[in-house]
Amino acid sequence: MNPPIRVLVAKPGLDGHDRGAKVIARALRDAGMEVIYTGLRQTPEMIVNAALQEDVQVIGLSILSGAHNAIVPRVMELLREKDMTDVKVIVGGIVPDQDAEALKQQGVAAVFQPGASLDTIVDFIRRSAVP
Amino acid sequence: MAVVEKQFTTISGVPIEPLYTAENLRDFDIGRDLALPGEFPYTRGIHENMYRGRLWTMRQFSGFATPEETNRRYHYLLQQGQTGLSVAFDLPTLMGYDADHALAEGEVGKCGASISSLEDMEILCRGIPLADVTVSMTINSPAAVLWAMYLAVAEQQGVDWKAVSGTIQNDILKEYIAQKEYIFPPRPSMRLVTDTIEFGARHTPRFNPISISGYHIREAGSTAVQELAFTLRDGIEYVEWALARGLEIDEFAPRLSFFFNAHNDFFEEIAKYRAARKLWARAMRDRFGATSERSLKLRFHSQTAGCSLTWQQPYNNVVRTAIQALAAVLGGTQSLHTNSLDEAYALPGEQAVTIALRTQQILAHESGVTNTPDPLGGSYFLERLTLDTEKAAEDYFRQIDEMGGMIAAIEKGFPQSEIANASYAYQRAVEAKEKLVVGVNAFQSEDQPIELLQIDHTVQEHQERKLAALRARRDNSQVRKTLDALRRAAEGTENTMPFILDAVRAYATLGEICDALRDVFGSYQETAHI
Repeated sequence: MNPPIRVLVAKPGLDGHDRGAKVIARALRDAGMEVIYTGLRQTPEMIVNAALQEDVQVIGLSILSGAHNAIVPRVMELLREKDMTDVKVIVGGIVPDQDAEALKQQGVAAVFQPGASLDTIVDFIRRSAVP
Repeated sequence: MAVVEKQFTTISGVPIEPLYTAENLRDFDIGRDLALPGEFPYTRGIHENMYRGRLWTMRQFSGFATPEETNRRYHYLLQQGQTGLSVAFDLPTLMGYDADHALAEGEVGKCGASISSLEDMEILCRGIPLADVTVSMTINSPAAVLWAMYLAVAEQQGVDWKAVSGTIQNDILKEYIAQKEYIFPPRPSMRLVTDTIEFGARHTPRFNPISISGYHIREAGSTAVQELAFTLRDGIEYVEWALARGLEIDEFAPRLSFFFNAHNDFFEEIAKYRAARKLWARAMRDRFGATSERSLKLRFHSQTAGCSLTWQQPYNNVVRTAIQALAAVLGGTQSLHTNSLDEAYALPGEQAVTIALRTQQILAHESGVTNTPDPLGGSYFLERLTLDTEKAAEDYFRQIDEMGGMIAAIEKGFPQSEIANASYAYQRAVEAKEKLVVGVNAFQSEDQPIELLQIDHTVQEHQERKLAALRARRDNSQVRKTLDALRRAAEGTENTMPFILDAVRAYATLGEICDALRDVFGSYQETAHI
């Protein structure tokens, strides 16, 4: 049997709305993954360091404040700097279609918008996580 | 074909009987549980004639980008017949950082208006007569600072503080519980809140120094009962702190105000508001010995549930909001914000916010529900729900009392985990289609595109330029002097409000004032649980 997928669920930026991050973290854990939740107000540097230390295959970023265009590219850049491009980055939150496309072009694996089902997210991670 | 739900429960998971009759109300006593509108325990409303006397205040929460742009929106809303203002601040402001702070990068003006100094507050209030328009400000950790800025603008307009009316949210406990926009640890934060309550009792008799809020608790995923119980128990905590400060109950209690969510489940919500009034009236009379009628009456603002609005088929949100607003009105709200249809995407655009305001005007002037107070009073179902909601909230009161009060409960993570459990249970129910959400897990179709408000990076640059100019222009020795005085006051036990006012008048920035307080109080970090 494969070891469980390790996922870092992170809340970057100043926003404190953590309902979504917590629900996702629990759903991934219930699906058999090992979940590390960073808590609130993480800078891109803190997130990438945590991902490195925890040796995760997936980073899930929860952003509802509209700051995704400032935060996500910085996370991607740091991952490249640290040769961690095999870590899949997924973004959940209020991200308009146009921005979602732009984020994907920068290497984000998926963007889950409001209303996305937990099963869809779990399935996506199972299919895309690099062991 | 419509899907029939097998289980009949409220959105909070409370089971509903097949039918309600007089049999369900055997423990119901009309005199004790209902009485007349305007009479203890105010189940039917705090006024004898309710909306026949005066409609609720239509108060749309708004703020975005620069104070200049937000000020233009306020003038627009007032022209459209809105009767009060409600300020939304951006995240850096809510967290006590100036627009040019490193952590503000990408966040300036995104979730509300960016206010870093008295200068920004002057621009925000330009052309708005603070003697006539009541202004509500959604600000918590740095509430004392933003309130000081507001009072300083009132001074500039020549308005007597005794005539200034409005509200600061200033409810720090629900930040630790739900919304998580805290700066300082709980106890120094409570000291700041108590400072504002005391200052208000002495200097601003028409201003509400706090709006004890369940809204954010509900948005974080709580049940209706949790929203009610945690909010009122927070209220009890504030009262205890103010009494410990040496204030008399009837000196400050009349200015305590509340803020509840108006969610989807129509009757559950109405029962929640009615139970809230009963519980508060009894707590004030029996726990605290309040005698003034005004201390016993729970006044509340309500806002329709942002978390109920869907990204899918956004025009359906107009209908959800109308039903939720109707519940708030039938529940006897004193003021109301109706969400805009684009709320799941962005801050509201002008057309969307106009429809939201028109929804309230239609309820007020066309629906006829304002013709008589508490028109649903006496309904078997509603009275049963009201009694049950009240009892369930009292159970939570007992548990929290046993833990040693709300701060102890928060430190244990009790309300936080109760809410997280409820929120996860709800999401699972949606996932299993036990709860249907139109357009999301049922009746899906192509989404209709809507026009969205865009806030670009020029907002941040504009705010940064203004701040740089202000820092160069002001008397920096006066700024240092007032900040040092504030630090000393914070270290002692004096009321900090006069010192914050001095710093604000010297154009010390929000970030500088909060840093002075951080030096003394430290910062708070929660232990994250999933």
